[in-house]
Amino acid sequence: MIEFTDIRKAYGEDVVLGPVSGRIPAGGVTSLVGPNGAGKSTLLTIIGRLAEPTSGTVTVDGLDVHRAKSQDVARTLSILRQENHFTARVTVRELVSFGRFPHSRGRLTKQDLAHIDDALDFLHLGDLQHRYLDQLSGGQRQRAYVAMVLAQDTRYVLLDEPLNNLDMKHSVRMMSQLRRAADELGKTVVLIVHDINFAATYSDRIIALRDGRIAASDTVDAMMRAEVLSEVFDTPVQIHEVDGKRTAVYYR
Amino acid sequence: MSEKRLPAAATATAPIRKGLPVAARLAIAGGLAAASALAFLFLFIEGSFEFAFERRLTMLGTMTVVAFAQAVGTVVFQTITHNRILTPSIMGFDSVYILMQTLLVAVFGGGVLAVTDGMPKLITQTLLMVGFTMLLFGWLFSGRKGSIHVLLLVGVVLGLAFRSLSDFLQRLLSPSEYDVLSARLFGRLSSAEPGYLPLAGAVCLIVGVVVWQRRYRLDTLLLGRDAATNLGVAHKRELTVMLLLISLLIAMSTALAGPMTFFGFVTAMLAYQMSGTHRHIVVLPMAFLIGLITLAGGQFVMEHVFYASGMLTVVIEFLGGAIFLAHLLRKGTL
Repeated sequence: MIEFTDIRKAYGEDVVLGPVSGRIPAGGVTSLVGPNGAGKSTLLTIIGRLAEPTSGTVTVDGLDVHRAKSQDVARTLSILRQENHFTARVTVRELVSFGRFPHSRGRLTKQDLAHIDDALDFLHLGDLQHRYLDQLSGGQRQRAYVAMVLAQDTRYVLLDEPLNNLDMKHSVRMMSQLRRAADELGKTVVLIVHDINFAATYSDRIIALRDGRIAASDTVDAMMRAEVLSEVFDTPVQIHEVDGKRTAVYYR
Repeated sequence: MSEKRLPAAATATAPIRKGLPVAARLAIAGGLAAASALAFLFLFIEGSFEFAFERRLTMLGTMTVVAFAQAVGTVVFQTITHNRILTPSIMGFDSVYILMQTLLVAVFGGGVLAVTDGMPKLITQTLLMVGFTMLLFGWLFSGRKGSIHVLLLVGVVLGLAFRSLSDFLQRLLSPSEYDVLSARLFGRLSSAEPGYLPLAGAVCLIVGVVVWQRRYRLDTLLLGRDAATNLGVAHKRELTVMLLLISLLIAMSTALAGPMTFFGFVTAMLAYQMSGTHRHIVVLPMAFLIGLITLAGGQFVMEHVFYASGMLTVVIEFLGGAIFLAHLLRKGTL
Protein backbone atom coordinates (compact mmCIF):
# COMPACT_ATOMS: atom_id res chain seq x y z
CA MET A 1 0.00 0.00 0.00
CA ILE A 2 1.16 3.49 -0.84
CA GLU A 3 0.40 5.96 1.93
CA PHE A 4 1.15 9.67 1.69
CA THR A 5 0.59 11.95 4.64
CA ASP A 6 0.37 15.75 4.63
CA ILE A 7 2.41 16.07 1.46
CA ARG A 8 3.11 19.67 0.62
CA LYS A 9 5.30 21.11 -2.10
CA ALA A 10 6.09 24.79 -2.34
CA TYR A 11 8.52 26.81 -4.41
CA GLY A 12 9.18 29.82 -2.24
CA GLU A 13 5.74 31.24 -1.50
CA ASP A 14 3.99 29.30 -4.25
CA VAL A 15 2.30 26.19 -2.96
CA VAL A 16 1.88 23.86 -5.93
CA LEU A 17 0.63 20.87 -4.01
CA GLY A 18 -1.14 20.08 -0.80
CA PRO A 19 -1.21 19.43 1.90
CA VAL A 20 -2.67 16.16 0.64
CA SER A 21 -3.02 12.78 2.29
CA GLY A 22 -4.26 9.52 0.91
CA ARG A 23 -3.78 5.84 0.27
CA ILE A 24 -3.42 3.77 -2.83
CA PRO A 25 -4.11 0.11 -2.03
CA ALA A 26 -1.85 -2.62 -3.41
CA GLY A 27 -2.94 -4.26 -6.64
CA GLY A 28 -4.85 -3.01 -9.63
CA VAL A 29 -4.58 0.17 -11.66
CA THR A 30 -5.04 3.62 -10.16
CA SER A 31 -5.28 6.68 -12.39
CA LEU A 32 -4.43 10.23 -11.39
CA VAL A 33 -6.52 12.72 -13.34
CA GLY A 34 -7.04 16.45 -13.22
CA PRO A 35 -6.62 19.65 -15.19
CA ASN A 36 -3.21 21.06 -16.11
CA GLY A 37 -1.28 22.36 -13.14
CA ALA A 38 -3.35 20.39 -10.64
CA GLY A 39 -0.23 18.81 -9.14
CA LYS A 40 -0.55 15.31 -10.60
CA SER A 41 3.05 15.05 -11.74
CA THR A 42 4.30 16.68 -8.57
CA LEU A 43 2.45 14.14 -6.43
CA LEU A 44 3.63 11.22 -8.55
CA THR A 45 7.29 12.29 -8.56
CA ILE A 46 7.17 12.83 -4.79
CA ILE A 47 5.71 9.34 -4.26
CA GLY A 48 8.41 8.02 -6.57
CA ARG A 49 11.05 9.98 -4.55
CA LEU A 50 12.34 11.87 -7.60
CA ALA A 51 11.33 15.09 -5.86
CA GLU A 52 11.50 15.98 -2.18
CA PRO A 53 8.30 17.25 -0.61
CA THR A 54 8.56 20.50 1.34
CA SER A 55 6.91 18.57 4.15
CA GLY A 56 5.12 15.27 4.66
CA THR A 57 6.01 11.61 4.31
CA VAL A 58 5.42 8.85 1.80
CA THR A 59 5.55 5.17 2.74
CA VAL A 60 5.29 2.26 0.34
CA ASP A 61 4.71 -1.07 2.08
CA GLY A 62 5.96 0.61 5.24
CA LEU A 63 9.16 1.88 3.58
CA ASP A 64 9.72 5.64 3.92
CA VAL A 65 10.77 6.35 0.35
CA HIS A 66 12.61 9.58 1.14
CA ARG A 67 14.58 8.16 4.07
CA ALA A 68 15.20 4.53 3.14
CA LYS A 69 18.23 3.37 1.17
CA SER A 70 17.75 4.28 -2.46
CA GLN A 71 18.54 0.74 -3.55
CA ASP A 72 15.83 -0.74 -1.30
CA VAL A 73 13.29 1.73 -2.66
CA ALA A 74 14.32 0.81 -6.20
CA ARG A 75 13.37 -2.80 -5.52
CA THR A 76 9.93 -1.79 -4.27
CA LEU A 77 8.80 0.87 -6.70
CA SER A 78 9.80 2.08 -10.12
CA ILE A 79 8.86 5.36 -11.72
CA LEU A 80 8.96 6.55 -15.30
CA ARG A 81 8.96 10.23 -16.19
CA GLN A 82 7.28 11.69 -19.20
CA GLU A 83 10.42 12.86 -20.89
CA ASN A 84 13.65 10.94 -20.90
CA HIS A 85 16.90 12.34 -22.16
CA PHE A 86 19.87 10.01 -22.32
CA THR A 87 23.48 10.97 -23.00
CA ALA A 88 24.30 7.52 -24.27
CA ARG A 89 22.97 5.96 -27.43
CA VAL A 90 21.53 2.69 -26.17
CA THR A 91 19.67 -0.21 -27.71
CA VAL A 92 16.29 -1.39 -26.48
CA ARG A 93 17.86 -4.42 -24.82
CA GLU A 94 20.52 -2.33 -23.11
CA LEU A 95 17.85 0.02 -21.82
CA VAL A 96 15.75 -2.82 -20.48
CA SER A 97 18.87 -4.37 -18.90
CA PHE A 98 19.30 -1.18 -16.86
CA GLY A 99 16.05 -2.15 -15.14
CA ARG A 100 17.91 -4.99 -13.43
CA PHE A 101 20.44 -2.62 -11.84
CA PRO A 102 18.75 -2.45 -8.41
CA HIS A 103 18.99 -6.25 -8.14
CA SER A 104 22.37 -7.07 -9.62
CA ARG A 105 24.22 -3.73 -9.50
CA GLY A 106 25.26 -4.12 -13.12
CA ARG A 107 26.50 -7.71 -13.20
CA LEU A 108 23.71 -9.53 -14.97
CA THR A 109 22.92 -13.04 -13.73
CA LYS A 110 20.97 -15.75 -15.56
CA GLN A 111 17.92 -14.73 -13.58
CA ASP A 112 18.36 -11.12 -14.71
CA LEU A 113 18.54 -12.19 -18.34
CA ALA A 114 15.31 -14.15 -17.91
CA HIS A 115 13.62 -11.06 -16.47
CA ILE A 116 14.89 -8.94 -19.37
CA ASP A 117 13.58 -11.46 -21.93
CA ASP A 118 10.23 -11.62 -20.14
CA ALA A 119 9.88 -7.84 -20.13
CA LEU A 120 10.79 -7.64 -23.82
CA ASP A 121 8.28 -10.37 -24.65
CA PHE A 122 5.58 -8.83 -22.52
CA LEU A 123 5.73 -5.63 -24.56
CA HIS A 124 6.37 -7.44 -27.86
CA LEU A 125 9.81 -5.89 -28.27
CA GLY A 126 11.67 -9.11 -29.15
CA ASP A 127 12.24 -8.13 -32.77
CA LEU A 128 13.29 -4.61 -31.88
CA GLN A 129 15.67 -5.44 -29.06
CA HIS A 130 18.87 -4.60 -30.91
CA ARG A 131 17.60 -1.34 -32.35
CA TYR A 132 18.83 1.94 -30.97
CA LEU A 133 16.23 4.07 -29.23
CA ASP A 134 16.62 6.86 -31.78
CA GLN A 135 15.68 4.40 -34.52
CA LEU A 136 12.26 3.77 -32.98
CA SER A 137 8.91 5.48 -33.36
CA GLY A 138 7.44 7.32 -30.39
CA GLY A 139 5.17 4.42 -29.54
CA GLN A 140 7.93 1.84 -29.70
CA ARG A 141 10.18 3.98 -27.56
CA GLN A 142 7.47 4.40 -24.96
CA ARG A 143 7.08 0.63 -24.87
CA ALA A 144 10.82 0.23 -24.38
CA TYR A 145 10.74 2.57 -21.36
CA VAL A 146 7.84 0.64 -19.87
CA ALA A 147 9.74 -2.61 -20.48
CA MET A 148 12.62 -1.18 -18.47
CA VAL A 149 10.45 -0.48 -15.42
CA LEU A 150 8.80 -3.90 -15.76
CA ALA A 151 12.23 -5.57 -15.85
CA GLN A 152 12.93 -3.77 -12.60
CA ASP A 153 10.30 -6.17 -11.22
CA THR A 154 8.93 -3.93 -8.49
CA ARG A 155 5.52 -4.38 -6.89
CA TYR A 156 4.67 -0.74 -7.59
CA VAL A 157 4.99 0.89 -10.98
CA LEU A 158 4.42 4.64 -11.34
CA LEU A 159 4.03 6.15 -14.81
CA ASP A 160 3.78 9.82 -15.71
CA GLU A 161 1.55 10.08 -18.79
CA PRO A 162 2.52 6.86 -20.56
CA LEU A 163 0.06 7.75 -23.34
CA ASN A 164 1.88 10.97 -24.17
CA ASN A 165 2.57 11.13 -27.94
CA LEU A 166 0.75 7.88 -28.64
CA ASP A 167 -1.96 7.57 -31.26
CA MET A 168 -5.27 5.78 -30.66
CA LYS A 169 -4.05 2.32 -31.53
CA HIS A 170 -0.90 2.55 -29.44
CA SER A 171 -2.74 4.16 -26.54
CA VAL A 172 -5.18 1.27 -26.42
CA ARG A 173 -2.34 -1.23 -26.61
CA MET A 174 -0.34 0.49 -23.91
CA MET A 175 -3.31 0.62 -21.56
CA SER A 176 -4.22 -3.01 -22.08
CA GLN A 177 -0.59 -4.00 -21.52
CA LEU A 178 -0.56 -2.08 -18.25
CA ARG A 179 -3.85 -3.71 -17.30
CA ARG A 180 -2.28 -7.09 -18.04
CA ALA A 181 0.74 -6.17 -15.92
CA ALA A 182 -1.62 -5.54 -13.02
CA ASP A 183 -3.74 -8.66 -13.60
CA GLU A 184 -1.14 -11.19 -14.68
CA LEU A 185 2.00 -9.97 -12.93
CA GLY A 186 0.30 -8.65 -9.81
CA LYS A 187 1.73 -5.14 -10.14
CA THR A 188 0.25 -2.07 -8.56
CA VAL A 189 0.14 0.44 -11.41
CA VAL A 190 -0.32 4.14 -10.71
CA LEU A 191 -0.46 6.38 -13.73
CA ILE A 192 -1.34 9.86 -14.88
CA VAL A 193 -3.84 9.90 -17.74
CA HIS A 194 -5.32 12.87 -19.50
CA ASP A 195 -8.19 11.10 -21.20
CA ILE A 196 -10.79 10.38 -18.54
CA ASN A 197 -12.35 7.62 -20.67
CA PHE A 198 -9.07 5.73 -20.83
CA ALA A 199 -8.82 6.07 -17.07
CA ALA A 200 -12.38 4.78 -16.67
CA THR A 201 -11.95 1.84 -19.02
CA TYR A 202 -8.70 0.46 -17.65
CA SER A 203 -8.44 1.47 -13.99
CA ASP A 204 -9.93 0.28 -10.75
CA ARG A 205 -9.69 3.60 -8.95
CA ILE A 206 -9.41 7.23 -9.94
CA ILE A 207 -7.85 10.00 -7.90
CA ALA A 208 -8.77 13.46 -9.15
CA LEU A 209 -6.63 16.46 -8.28
CA ARG A 210 -7.48 20.10 -8.67
CA ASP A 211 -5.53 23.17 -7.56
CA GLY A 212 -3.03 21.08 -5.64
CA ARG A 213 -5.69 19.26 -3.63
CA ILE A 214 -7.37 15.90 -3.97
CA ALA A 215 -10.81 16.85 -5.32
CA ALA A 216 -12.22 13.34 -5.31
CA SER A 217 -10.93 9.82 -4.96
CA ASP A 218 -13.02 6.70 -5.42
CA THR A 219 -13.79 3.67 -7.57
CA VAL A 220 -14.35 4.24 -11.26
CA ASP A 221 -18.12 3.89 -11.00
CA ALA A 222 -18.36 6.46 -8.24
CA MET A 223 -16.10 8.90 -10.08
CA MET A 224 -17.73 8.66 -13.48
CA ARG A 225 -20.60 10.98 -12.67
CA ALA A 226 -21.35 14.20 -14.45
CA GLU A 227 -21.35 16.40 -11.34
CA VAL A 228 -18.04 14.98 -10.03
CA LEU A 229 -16.18 15.32 -13.32
CA SER A 230 -17.62 18.74 -14.18
CA GLU A 231 -16.42 19.98 -10.82
CA VAL A 232 -12.94 18.45 -11.13
CA PHE A 233 -12.23 19.62 -14.66
CA ASP A 234 -14.13 22.89 -14.34
CA THR A 235 -15.90 22.20 -17.61
CA PRO A 236 -19.33 20.71 -18.43
CA VAL A 237 -19.10 16.92 -18.72
CA GLN A 238 -21.94 14.60 -19.68
CA ILE A 239 -21.96 10.89 -18.95
CA HIS A 240 -23.42 8.45 -21.48
CA GLU A 241 -23.69 4.71 -21.27
CA VAL A 242 -21.85 3.13 -24.19
CA ASP A 243 -21.97 -0.67 -24.23
CA GLY A 244 -22.74 -0.61 -20.53
CA LYS A 245 -19.69 1.52 -19.76
CA ARG A 246 -19.98 5.05 -18.47
CA THR A 247 -18.31 7.35 -20.97
CA ALA A 248 -17.61 11.03 -20.54
CA VAL A 249 -18.47 13.46 -23.32
CA TYR A 250 -16.97 16.89 -22.93
CA TYR A 251 -16.20 18.21 -26.38
CA ARG A 252 -18.69 21.09 -26.28
CA MET B 1 11.70 -3.91 -40.62
CA SER B 2 12.64 -6.52 -38.08
CA GLU B 3 16.21 -7.32 -37.41
CA LYS B 4 17.34 -10.91 -37.70
CA ARG B 5 16.83 -12.77 -34.44
CA LEU B 6 20.12 -13.77 -32.94
CA PRO B 7 20.73 -17.04 -31.14
CA ALA B 8 20.03 -16.90 -27.44
CA ALA B 9 23.68 -17.39 -26.52
CA ALA B 10 24.66 -14.29 -28.48
CA THR B 11 21.88 -12.09 -27.15
CA ALA B 12 22.67 -13.12 -23.61
CA THR B 13 25.95 -11.20 -23.64
CA ALA B 14 26.63 -7.67 -24.81
CA PRO B 15 24.46 -6.27 -27.58
CA ILE B 16 25.69 -7.22 -31.00
CA ARG B 17 27.33 -4.47 -32.97
CA LYS B 18 29.13 -4.25 -36.23
CA GLY B 19 32.87 -4.73 -36.17
CA LEU B 20 35.18 -6.16 -33.59
CA PRO B 21 34.07 -7.33 -30.17
CA VAL B 22 35.08 -4.99 -27.38
CA ALA B 23 37.65 -7.42 -25.96
CA ALA B 24 39.52 -7.40 -29.26
CA ARG B 25 39.34 -3.60 -29.44
CA LEU B 26 40.78 -3.32 -25.94
CA ALA B 27 43.47 -5.87 -26.75
CA ILE B 28 44.55 -3.91 -29.83
CA ALA B 29 44.67 -0.66 -27.88
CA GLY B 30 46.62 -2.43 -25.13
CA GLY B 31 49.08 -3.83 -27.65
CA LEU B 32 49.62 -0.42 -29.25
CA ALA B 33 50.10 1.20 -25.86
CA ALA B 34 52.66 -1.42 -24.84
CA ALA B 35 54.46 -1.05 -28.17
CA SER B 36 54.59 2.76 -27.81
CA ALA B 37 55.87 2.48 -24.26
CA LEU B 38 58.56 -0.07 -25.19
CA ALA B 39 59.65 1.89 -28.27
CA PHE B 40 59.90 5.03 -26.20
CA LEU B 41 61.88 3.22 -23.49
CA PHE B 42 64.38 1.21 -25.51
CA LEU B 43 64.84 2.47 -29.07
CA PHE B 44 67.59 4.82 -30.23
CA ILE B 45 69.50 5.00 -26.98
CA GLU B 46 72.82 6.73 -27.54
CA GLY B 47 75.52 6.80 -24.89
CA SER B 48 74.94 5.48 -21.39
CA PHE B 49 72.04 3.03 -21.33
CA GLU B 50 71.51 3.43 -17.59
CA PHE B 51 71.29 7.20 -17.70
CA ALA B 52 68.92 7.30 -20.63
CA PHE B 53 66.82 4.40 -19.35
CA GLU B 54 66.34 5.90 -15.92
CA ARG B 55 65.38 9.24 -17.37
CA ARG B 56 62.97 7.68 -19.82
CA LEU B 57 61.46 5.47 -17.14
CA THR B 58 60.66 8.53 -15.01
CA MET B 59 59.13 10.19 -18.02
CA LEU B 60 57.07 7.12 -18.86
CA GLY B 61 55.82 7.10 -15.27
CA THR B 62 54.78 10.72 -15.65
CA MET B 63 53.04 9.95 -18.92
CA THR B 64 51.17 7.05 -17.34
CA VAL B 65 49.93 9.21 -14.49
CA VAL B 66 48.97 12.09 -16.78
CA ALA B 67 47.26 9.83 -19.31
CA PHE B 68 45.35 8.07 -16.56
CA ALA B 69 44.34 11.23 -14.72
CA GLN B 70 43.24 13.16 -17.79
CA ALA B 71 41.50 10.25 -19.51
CA VAL B 72 39.59 8.92 -16.51
CA GLY B 73 38.91 12.42 -15.19
CA THR B 74 37.45 13.56 -18.50
CA VAL B 75 35.32 10.47 -19.18
CA VAL B 76 33.80 10.62 -15.70
CA PHE B 77 33.34 14.39 -15.94
CA GLN B 78 31.51 14.03 -19.25
CA THR B 79 29.29 11.36 -17.75
CA ILE B 80 28.21 13.39 -14.73
CA THR B 81 27.70 16.56 -16.79
CA HIS B 82 25.83 14.73 -19.59
CA ASN B 83 28.02 16.39 -22.15
CA ARG B 84 30.55 14.81 -24.45
CA ILE B 85 32.57 17.92 -25.22
CA LEU B 86 33.43 19.18 -21.75
CA THR B 87 36.68 18.61 -19.92
CA PRO B 88 37.34 19.18 -16.22
CA SER B 89 39.36 22.28 -17.07
CA ILE B 90 36.04 24.09 -17.59
CA MET B 91 35.62 24.02 -13.81
CA GLY B 92 38.63 26.27 -13.44
CA PHE B 93 40.94 23.62 -11.99
CA ASP B 94 43.78 24.78 -14.20
CA SER B 95 43.31 28.43 -13.47
CA VAL B 96 43.55 27.73 -9.74
CA TYR B 97 46.92 26.12 -10.43
CA ILE B 98 48.06 28.99 -12.65
CA LEU B 99 47.01 31.55 -10.07
CA MET B 100 48.87 29.71 -7.31
CA GLN B 101 52.11 29.58 -9.30
CA THR B 102 51.78 33.21 -10.39
CA LEU B 103 51.08 34.38 -6.85
CA LEU B 104 54.15 32.51 -5.58
CA VAL B 105 56.41 34.18 -8.12
CA ALA B 106 54.80 37.59 -7.74
CA VAL B 107 55.18 37.56 -3.96
CA PHE B 108 58.45 35.71 -3.41
CA GLY B 109 60.30 36.17 -6.69
CA GLY B 110 61.34 33.80 -9.47
CA GLY B 111 63.62 31.61 -7.37
CA VAL B 112 60.78 30.41 -5.20
CA LEU B 113 59.42 27.85 -7.65
CA ALA B 114 62.56 25.75 -7.67
CA VAL B 115 63.15 26.12 -3.92
CA THR B 116 59.66 25.11 -2.85
CA ASP B 117 59.30 22.10 -5.15
CA GLY B 118 58.64 19.04 -3.06
CA MET B 119 56.07 17.02 -1.20
CA PRO B 120 54.67 19.78 1.01
CA LYS B 121 54.03 21.98 -2.01
CA LEU B 122 52.38 19.15 -3.96
CA ILE B 123 50.11 18.32 -1.04
CA THR B 124 49.21 21.96 -0.38
CA GLN B 125 48.54 22.51 -4.06
CA THR B 126 46.33 19.43 -4.27
CA LEU B 127 44.42 20.32 -1.13
CA LEU B 128 43.81 23.83 -2.45
CA MET B 129 42.49 22.56 -5.77
CA VAL B 130 40.30 19.90 -4.17
CA GLY B 131 39.17 22.39 -1.55
CA PHE B 132 38.19 24.84 -4.27
CA THR B 133 35.98 22.23 -5.95
CA MET B 134 34.38 21.07 -2.73
CA LEU B 135 33.69 24.62 -1.64
CA LEU B 136 32.06 25.45 -4.95
CA PHE B 137 30.11 22.23 -4.94
CA GLY B 138 29.04 22.33 -1.32
CA TRP B 139 27.91 25.91 -1.64
CA LEU B 140 25.89 25.30 -4.77
CA PHE B 141 24.29 22.07 -3.66
CA SER B 142 23.32 23.32 -0.23
CA GLY B 143 20.83 25.60 -1.97
CA ARG B 144 17.57 24.28 -3.37
CA LYS B 145 18.23 25.33 -6.91
CA GLY B 146 21.60 23.62 -7.16
CA SER B 147 22.12 22.07 -10.56
CA ILE B 148 25.15 20.83 -12.40
CA HIS B 149 24.73 23.55 -15.03
CA VAL B 150 24.84 26.36 -12.50
CA LEU B 151 27.90 24.68 -11.05
CA LEU B 152 29.60 24.62 -14.46
CA LEU B 153 28.70 28.22 -15.15
CA VAL B 154 30.12 29.40 -11.83
CA GLY B 155 33.21 27.28 -12.53
CA VAL B 156 33.68 28.99 -15.89
CA VAL B 157 33.27 32.46 -14.44
CA LEU B 158 35.61 31.83 -11.51
CA GLY B 159 38.13 30.25 -13.87
CA LEU B 160 38.06 33.37 -16.03
CA ALA B 161 38.44 35.58 -12.98
CA PHE B 162 41.46 33.61 -11.75
CA ARG B 163 43.01 33.69 -15.18
CA SER B 164 42.56 37.46 -15.51
CA LEU B 165 44.05 37.97 -12.07
CA SER B 166 47.01 35.78 -13.07
CA ASP B 167 47.43 37.73 -16.31
CA PHE B 168 47.44 40.97 -14.40
CA LEU B 169 50.05 39.72 -11.92
CA GLN B 170 52.19 38.37 -14.75
CA ARG B 171 52.35 41.86 -16.29
CA LEU B 172 53.94 43.09 -13.09
CA LEU B 173 56.74 40.52 -13.16
CA SER B 174 60.21 41.20 -14.48
CA PRO B 175 60.98 39.45 -17.81
CA SER B 176 63.28 36.89 -16.20
CA GLU B 177 60.77 35.99 -13.53
CA TYR B 178 58.07 35.74 -16.16
CA ASP B 179 60.28 33.40 -18.12
CA VAL B 180 60.72 31.09 -15.14
CA LEU B 181 56.99 31.14 -14.53
CA SER B 182 55.90 30.53 -18.11
CA ALA B 183 58.06 27.41 -18.27
CA ARG B 184 55.81 26.12 -15.48
CA LEU B 185 52.59 27.00 -17.19
CA PHE B 186 53.16 25.00 -20.34
CA GLY B 187 52.81 21.26 -20.22
CA ARG B 188 56.23 19.75 -19.59
CA LEU B 189 56.45 16.01 -19.53
CA SER B 190 60.24 15.88 -19.77
CA SER B 191 60.99 18.08 -16.80
CA ALA B 192 58.41 16.71 -14.40
CA GLU B 193 59.49 16.46 -10.79
CA PRO B 194 60.37 12.76 -10.24
CA GLY B 195 59.77 13.10 -6.51
CA TYR B 196 56.06 13.65 -7.19
CA LEU B 197 55.61 10.36 -9.00
CA PRO B 198 55.11 7.91 -6.09
CA LEU B 199 52.39 10.02 -4.49
CA ALA B 200 50.71 10.85 -7.80
CA GLY B 201 50.82 7.20 -8.82
CA ALA B 202 49.32 6.09 -5.51
CA VAL B 203 46.53 8.67 -5.74
CA CYS B 204 45.73 7.54 -9.28
CA LEU B 205 45.67 3.93 -8.16
CA ILE B 206 43.28 4.62 -5.29
CA VAL B 207 41.03 6.82 -7.41
CA GLY B 208 41.15 4.17 -10.14
CA VAL B 209 39.94 1.48 -7.74
CA VAL B 210 37.07 3.64 -6.48
CA VAL B 211 36.00 4.60 -10.00
CA TRP B 212 36.26 0.99 -11.18
CA GLN B 213 33.98 -0.16 -8.38
CA ARG B 214 31.45 2.35 -9.59
CA ARG B 215 31.70 1.56 -13.29
CA TYR B 216 28.14 0.22 -13.52
CA ARG B 217 26.77 3.07 -11.44
CA LEU B 218 28.42 5.47 -13.89
CA ASP B 219 26.52 3.75 -16.69
CA THR B 220 23.21 4.49 -14.99
CA LEU B 221 24.19 8.16 -14.60
CA LEU B 222 24.16 8.35 -18.41
CA LEU B 223 20.38 7.94 -18.23
CA GLY B 224 20.02 11.21 -16.35
CA ARG B 225 19.18 12.11 -12.79
CA ASP B 226 15.62 10.76 -12.65
CA ALA B 227 16.26 7.43 -14.32
CA ALA B 228 19.39 6.88 -12.20
CA THR B 229 17.47 7.68 -9.02
CA ASN B 230 14.73 5.28 -10.08
CA LEU B 231 17.38 2.58 -10.36
CA GLY B 232 18.47 3.18 -6.78
CA VAL B 233 21.57 5.30 -7.39
CA ALA B 234 21.99 8.12 -4.87
CA HIS B 235 22.51 10.72 -7.57
CA LYS B 236 23.72 13.65 -5.48
CA ARG B 237 26.15 11.53 -3.47
CA GLU B 238 27.59 9.96 -6.61
CA LEU B 239 28.06 13.40 -8.15
CA THR B 240 29.90 14.66 -5.06
CA VAL B 241 32.17 11.62 -4.90
CA MET B 242 32.94 11.80 -8.61
CA LEU B 243 33.74 15.52 -8.58
CA LEU B 244 36.05 14.99 -5.61
CA LEU B 245 37.86 12.19 -7.44
CA ILE B 246 38.11 14.23 -10.64
CA SER B 247 39.63 17.18 -8.80
CA LEU B 248 42.19 14.84 -7.22
CA LEU B 249 43.14 13.40 -10.62
CA ILE B 250 43.43 16.76 -12.32
CA ALA B 251 45.45 18.17 -9.43
CA MET B 252 47.94 15.31 -9.80
CA SER B 253 48.19 15.68 -13.55
CA THR B 254 48.59 19.46 -13.35
CA ALA B 255 51.26 19.28 -10.67
CA LEU B 256 53.27 16.84 -12.78
CA ALA B 257 52.85 18.19 -16.29
CA GLY B 258 51.18 21.58 -16.09
CA PRO B 259 47.70 22.55 -17.25
CA MET B 260 46.15 20.78 -20.23
CA THR B 261 42.84 21.65 -21.83
CA PHE B 262 42.26 19.47 -24.86
CA PHE B 263 44.22 16.32 -24.16
CA GLY B 264 41.43 14.84 -22.04
CA PHE B 265 38.84 15.76 -24.64
CA VAL B 266 40.77 13.99 -27.39
CA THR B 267 41.31 10.81 -25.38
CA ALA B 268 37.66 10.64 -24.32
CA MET B 269 36.34 11.32 -27.79
CA LEU B 270 38.61 8.73 -29.40
CA ALA B 271 37.79 6.27 -26.63
CA TYR B 272 34.07 6.50 -27.34
CA GLN B 273 34.67 6.04 -31.05
CA MET B 274 37.06 3.14 -30.62
CA SER B 275 34.92 1.36 -28.01
CA GLY B 276 31.68 1.51 -29.97
CA THR B 277 29.79 1.45 -26.68
CA HIS B 278 29.01 3.79 -23.82
CA ARG B 279 29.77 1.26 -21.10
CA HIS B 280 32.41 2.49 -18.68
CA ILE B 281 33.82 -0.99 -18.26
CA VAL B 282 35.18 -0.57 -21.81
CA VAL B 283 35.45 3.20 -22.23
CA LEU B 284 37.52 3.87 -19.10
CA PRO B 285 40.41 1.48 -19.91
CA MET B 286 40.17 2.44 -23.57
CA ALA B 287 40.56 6.14 -22.76
CA PHE B 288 43.57 5.44 -20.54
CA LEU B 289 45.23 3.31 -23.24
CA ILE B 290 44.60 5.91 -25.93
CA GLY B 291 46.03 8.58 -23.66
CA LEU B 292 49.14 6.51 -23.12
CA ILE B 293 49.52 5.80 -26.84
CA THR B 294 49.20 9.52 -27.58
CA LEU B 295 51.79 10.53 -24.99
CA ALA B 296 54.37 7.73 -25.31
CA GLY B 297 53.95 7.30 -29.07
CA GLY B 298 53.84 11.06 -29.58
CA GLN B 299 56.95 11.64 -27.53
CA PHE B 300 58.78 8.90 -29.41
CA VAL B 301 57.89 10.46 -32.75
CA MET B 302 58.68 13.98 -31.57
CA GLU B 303 62.10 12.95 -30.24
CA HIS B 304 63.30 10.78 -33.07
CA VAL B 305 61.49 12.08 -36.13
CA PHE B 306 61.08 15.78 -35.53
CA TYR B 307 63.90 16.26 -32.99
CA ALA B 308 61.63 18.45 -30.88
CA SER B 309 61.29 16.51 -27.65
CA GLY B 310 60.03 19.37 -25.50
CA MET B 311 57.12 20.23 -27.74
CA LEU B 312 54.79 17.25 -27.27
CA THR B 313 52.22 18.82 -24.96
CA VAL B 314 52.09 21.95 -27.08
CA VAL B 315 51.46 19.86 -30.19
CA ILE B 316 48.83 17.74 -28.45
CA GLU B 317 47.04 20.82 -27.20
CA PHE B 318 47.18 22.39 -30.65
CA LEU B 319 45.93 19.29 -32.45
CA GLY B 320 43.40 18.64 -29.67
CA GLY B 321 42.05 22.16 -30.03
CA ALA B 322 41.80 21.73 -33.79
CA ILE B 323 39.94 18.42 -33.39
CA PHE B 324 37.69 20.03 -30.81
CA LEU B 325 36.76 22.83 -33.22
CA ALA B 326 36.25 20.40 -36.11
CA HIS B 327 34.04 18.23 -33.91
CA LEU B 328 31.98 21.25 -32.86
CA LEU B 329 31.54 22.49 -36.40
CA ARG B 330 30.60 19.05 -37.69
CA LYS B 331 28.07 18.47 -34.94
CA GLY B 332 26.84 22.04 -35.27
CA THR B 333 25.61 22.06 -31.69
CA LEU B 334 26.82 21.88 -28.13
